[in-house]
Amino acid sequence: MTNEELKNLLTELLPTAVFEEGGEWLNLFLEASEWKETALKLRHFNTMPFNFMFCLTCVDWKTHFTMVYHLRSTTTLDNIVVKVKLDRTNPEIITVSDIWRTAELLEREVYDLFGVQFLEHPDLRRLLLTDDWVGYPLRKDYEDPINMIKL
Amino acid sequence: MVEEIGKTVEGDLVINVGPQHPATHGVLHLVITLNGETIKKVEPHLGYIHRSIEKMCESLSYRQFIYSTSRMDYLSAHINNHACALCVEKGLQIEIPERAQVIRVLMDELTRIASHELWWGAMAMDLGAFTPFFHAFRERETINDIMEETCGARLTMNYMVPGGVMADLHPNFQSRVKNFLKLYKSKIHEYDELVTGNIIFQNRMKGVGYLSQEDVISYGVTGPAGRGSGVSCDVRKLYPYEIYNKLEFDEVLETAGDSFARYMVRLREMQQSIRIVEQLIDNIPDGDYQAKTKAVLKLPKGEFYQRVETARGELGVYIVSEGGTTPYRIKFRSPGFSNLSALDHMTRGGKIGDLVASMGTLDLVIPDIDR
Repeated sequence: MTNEELKNLLTELLPTAVFEEGGEWLNLFLEASEWKETALKLRHFNTMPFNFMFCLTCVDWKTHFTMVYHLRSTTTLDNIVVKVKLDRTNPEIITVSDIWRTAELLEREVYDLFGVQFLEHPDLRRLLLTDDWVGYPLRKDYEDPINMIKL
Repeated sequence: MVEEIGKTVEGDLVINVGPQHPATHGVLHLVITLNGETIKKVEPHLGYIHRSIEKMCESLSYRQFIYSTSRMDYLSAHINNHACALCVEKGLQIEIPERAQVIRVLMDELTRIASHELWWGAMAMDLGAFTPFFHAFRERETINDIMEETCGARLTMNYMVPGGVMADLHPNFQSRVKNFLKLYKSKIHEYDELVTGNIIFQNRMKGVGYLSQEDVISYGVTGPAGRGSGVSCDVRKLYPYEIYNKLEFDEVLETAGDSFARYMVRLREMQQSIRIVEQLIDNIPDGDYQAKTKAVLKLPKGEFYQRVETARGELGVYIVSEGGTTPYRIKFRSPGFSNLSALDHMTRGGKIGDLVASMGTLDLVIPDIDR
């Protein structure tokens, strides 16, 4: 299915969403408050359930964060990218680990490296770094004079 | 973590497996809650080999960052490099010569065979059979020798670069690969005789570590672990890259969803890789092995995602570019990370003795999980 067709299909499902077609896949921009509801709609979309979350990550844009969710449907093999803009000083978003179970560890990783708070996450602790680590290394303003080698 | 050892409030026993444990094949630390012999919870503690490759890549150029990815899944180094090279090529929109494409696919498939062979030996060793390990290494060494001759390294090859491959094939390459194919075919029946048909092995593998189709999809399990449950997830078939759509090979699917099914998928997948190598080895086209690229690569502003099928599953490379010479952000969707997330689910309720039989068939490579 082309991005255009996918967009038309999803516009009926999600009238408030903002689409962008420039890239390889259809991008979907959402507010953090509507993410959970949209996620459920996408996961249980009749003809094309987006049941496979193959990537979850975050990008630090210095002024804000963007959560990036890559989803695909195992029935039709279509891909979409959902992007949610987050406030940088107090990044918070609802967890989707109950919808896609793979998100549980992936969200912990993002919490560990970016400091994004996932509300209602069953077990939000640091994953890769030690529990007493200070700061969030993948943020652009992170400085570590001991462990970081500047090139 | 010392405070976690001992009894919990409910009287369950908490034990640690790893970070130094022969069955975890690396520095994986599992904290296991036991009720008698029954597993109540398996909690992975990661990060013992976390090098923050993603952060390092942000300060490396598009030619340099590929080298660090050989150190992620070191058994699929070629395929990791391949994914990165493809992603950069996607951004630059360059076509690579046909010869380079064929060389890449050949190397990928040889890597896959080598990786599955190591896994096969290690899997049998995890279950107490030591001899298969030597059998597996006998064939694997031949592949490593081939790699060494052409790429200059046995594990971290760094052979694939944006635009093609680093150097042309060694003149001996074809004859050595053919020798390997001959050796492999004369020995492969030993794999089944030694391990697959062994009744002790089968009893330990069958019905253990069950994953349903829904679980596989929900946990994002890919690769042979996903195909063992009957979920079609071979990137080479679903989203073909390079010349995979022109090749004849089957996606191996098993439906049982237990450890034995995952074992069979890997064994049969080696045969498919052999098929691909046989199709290509006499048909390597002449021409350049590398497309002409600029000395300094600059990706246009935007986002690029490329996925490939490594020996462990779907590897995704996500590059966010701001138009500069270094990536603004790189994310590696590593197959091991998602496969590991299913471990708790698949072992819960089972016996502690079956943990290794379930974990072994996920084929975890720890640097790939920690990155």
